[in-house]
Amino acid sequence: MLIDATVANADAVLEAHSVSYRFGSAQADRWAVRDASFALYPGEVLAIVGESGSGKTTLLRALAGRLAPNSGRVIYRTQDGTALDVHALSERERRLLARTEWGFVEQHASDGLRMNVSAGANIGERLMGQGERQYAALRTTGTHWMQRVELDAARIDDSPRQFSGGMRQRLQIARNLVTRPRLVLMDEPTSGLDVSVQARLLDLLRELVTRMQLCAVIVTHDLGVARLLAQRTVVMRDGRIVEQGLTDRVLDDPQDAYTQLLVSSVVNA
Amino acid sequence: MNSGMGPVLQVYNLSKRFTLHLRGGLQLPVLDGLSFTVNAGECVALVGPSGRGKSTVMKCLYGSYAASSGELWFTPRARSRIDLAKASAQEWIALRRTDIAYVSQFLRVLPRVPTLDVVAHAWLDAQPTTALDDDIAIGEAHQAALGQARRHAADLLARLNIPKALWALPPATFSGGEQQRVNIARGWMQPARLLLLDEPTASLDAVNRGVVVDLIREAKIAGCAVVGIFHDEEVRAAVAERCIAFP
Repeated sequence: MLIDATVANADAVLEAHSVSYRFGSAQADRWAVRDASFALYPGEVLAIVGESGSGKTTLLRALAGRLAPNSGRVIYRTQDGTALDVHALSERERRLLARTEWGFVEQHASDGLRMNVSAGANIGERLMGQGERQYAALRTTGTHWMQRVELDAARIDDSPRQFSGGMRQRLQIARNLVTRPRLVLMDEPTSGLDVSVQARLLDLLRELVTRMQLCAVIVTHDLGVARLLAQRTVVMRDGRIVEQGLTDRVLDDPQDAYTQLLVSSVVNA
Repeated sequence: MNSGMGPVLQVYNLSKRFTLHLRGGLQLPVLDGLSFTVNAGECVALVGPSGRGKSTVMKCLYGSYAASSGELWFTPRARSRIDLAKASAQEWIALRRTDIAYVSQFLRVLPRVPTLDVVAHAWLDAQPTTALDDDIAIGEAHQAALGQARRHAADLLARLNIPKALWALPPATFSGGEQQRVNIARGWMQPARLLLLDEPTASLDAVNRGVVVDLIREAKIAGCAVVGIFHDEEVRAAVAERCIAFP
């Protein structure tokens, strides 16, 4: 479904307009996400921070088209400037978008990977979905991307089950980026990893984002990750966005009482 | 283009107070009605004891703090005058890439990134993004830009006497003085229009203080406006045209 251009912000790649979501089982006044609005601009990394249960992952899934909001809209602007209402698209159109222009990196790599096929097949899947059928080409791209995310290319035929947590997360990133999406949504991509593994993954993400000129939304409870990766940060509490702005301003000069509490509760952020 | 020698920064009635919600909404006034102007090619030093708000001025000028009231008129090189007190996040992001550089007292970088690249990234960020279609072209363009950025970074690190053996190491384990010089190198990677220097020579020896003084003079000759906090009176006397007292 096309959007009247005057409604949308012509510069933004992704916009949330008063997005609200309530789980089916929840009480009438219990909103997982309430009235969330923001815009994401080209080349920008936006962090969504907040504590467990603040609604950040739910918001991310609504942005990705995986949960249909009870009210509000998510607008995505394609490369050629067409504004799409993500939740008004057909399931088929939305899947196509998710396979081509978007990437989604799950917190648990096993949710984002096919654990029963090889690493190479994981990387090749999106390419096959776009019509690539030549084994040699898939193999070459697979090897290239294994190297690009610093995985040993000799392990291209191994199952992700044989990979460590950090390696699986790299593989998941390769699987998502192989088709050069414009927008990548990431749900706590570094949590649950050892600190040293986390540091290398952060460096890899920064490099890929800069080099491929990606837009990214990264959900994290780690304010340090937000500071190092995101130009802008959105703070959520009880489903609402309580503050948003330049990451260092949100962290160094928080205006909202809850953000002040969050920032002051961190050891050396 | 605004490359003339006129005012680069005009601060009118800048006030900053913090509201501490965790202390029952306690108001902490830090700056009240500060006004000053900095011209192109000029360095203004903020002088006074600790805790009087000198760093707060810097952070308001870099956008890390929101000014409570007042106007901060800034004239970028190639864009029209803008009131930083009202700048949007997008405007700040763009200005920081190309026009406003800040050398803080602390080096905050991604862990495990080599020093050479920590510095090189400051230059890469300042480059306009090019829309390229295929992956190989993007890779090649990136490699070329990274190579150029690393050469600039190497020149600055060498000038600041960071031993070449350290360039491949992340700066986390460096001494205070070395980290400070890495921070200075980052600040000089882009030809900023406004340079904010918070104690850039605090833990440097005489030789390196001299290098920083030279760098500041060169930036001024290039038309940069500098706002600095220098506790070292010799350095201050060597670079600053004027002082603003924080009694």
